Amino acid sequence: MQRATLDLWVGIFVVAGLAAVLFLALRVGNMGSFDSASTYTVKASFDNIGGLKARAPVKSAGVVVGRVSDISFDTTLYEATVSMNLDARYKFPKDTSASIMTSGLLGEQYIALEAGGEEKMLANGDAMKLTQGAVVLENLIGQFLYSKSDSETSAPDLGKME
Amino acid sequence: MNSLLDSLRGIGARVIDGIWRMGVATRFFLMILLQSGQSFRRFHLIIREIYSAGVLSLIIILVSGLFVGMVLGLQGYETLQTYGSEEALGVLVSLSLVRELGPVVAALLFASRAGSAITAEIGLMKATEQLAAMEMMAVDPVARVVAPRFWGAVISMPLLAAMFSAMGILGGYLVGVVLIGVDEGAFWSQMQAAVDFREDILNGVLKSVVFGVAVTAIALFEGYDAPPTAEGVSRATTRTVVTSSLAILGLDFILTAFMFRGV
Repeated sequence: MQRATLDLWVGIFVVAGLAAVLFLALRVGNMGSFDSASTYTVKASFDNIGGLKARAPVKSAGVVVGRVSDISFDTTLYEATVSMNLDARYKFPKDTSASIMTSGLLGEQYIALEAGGEEKMLANGDAMKLTQGAVVLENLIGQFLYSKSDSETSAPDLGKME
Repeated sequence: MNSLLDSLRGIGARVIDGIWRMGVATRFFLMILLQSGQSFRRFHLIIREIYSAGVLSLIIILVSGLFVGMVLGLQGYETLQTYGSEEALGVLVSLSLVRELGPVVAALLFASRAGSAITAEIGLMKATEQLAAMEMMAVDPVARVVAPRFWGAVISMPLLAAMFSAMGILGGYLVGVVLIGVDEGAFWSQMQAAVDFREDILNGVLKSVVFGVAVTAIALFEGYDAPPTAEGVSRATTRTVVTSSLAILGLDFILTAFMFRGV
């Protein structure tokens, strides 16, 4: 085969291969949504993180503003310490509260941030004071059954009405 | 008593043979790496091998990628439908292709399409004493014949695997969105939310590079080591496909265990 034709085919092959990688990176993957250079880390302690995992999204008003980077157990407080990387574009007040929510009934768990009213902003390495852990479904059902039996004994009229 | 000694001797001979062969293969592999500098200086040799290993494998890789993706789309939809989460089809198709099927199936196809060709070519060169003739002319056959084939195939493999995954995702898109009617926005956005560039895509590329090195090294060694007869070359070609397929699947398990431990 002619040298020039050979080079042409190999050139097409390599370009097509690189285009495939680029397609995977940009169209399939989420490259470029967060680069590690422009984030800051904040921490929060939760009494129960439920099924939260590293790399879970951190959302505020439904918008993804960061990701969970690390989860560890604090043996002095006996609570879970969650570190999260927040996008440097988004600043939050110091009294921002963090709670662990579930998207949908059986969906993945994420951290929801609700901004407070303080003037000072959270900086790299700060800890959030106001937190609310994950809702454990078993506890919720237990409370519901307990309150239901409670209401049946104390207010029997309500029970008849149902 | 004698028969017992004989069978023990048989086991011993087999083990020693195996270890000896492994030693020869390792030295052969190191020799390829040592002689690579020369073949990179004459890059047109590598380009020729990229053509025969990569460009000629394009059709089989692209077509099988498309059909694998289309089947994934159909089967995935059937299963996800029962849970009412058809929108997760994009996640299912892309993650299974990028992490596993892309590198593994592309490498299996590559072993049977390009690996067998490499073994047969080098085995035949040896059987017709072309390699010996090169040595007579003071041309090192490892530098002139073996090393360019090694690098040509190692460069082609990750590109082929990426094309396989990309075609598969397009196939899944065709069946899922165009044919069945899964919501297009959800298909892509859920995929983009679930697939991570470093964790999934780069690890998939890394897998395909490892498979490329394994397949090519096995194919080259089997060809170089083949008995110089018609039967020897045919056996070596068969062994290339069997050994490299097993190596791909075994290595895939090891790599997956290290890469995706579900932290």
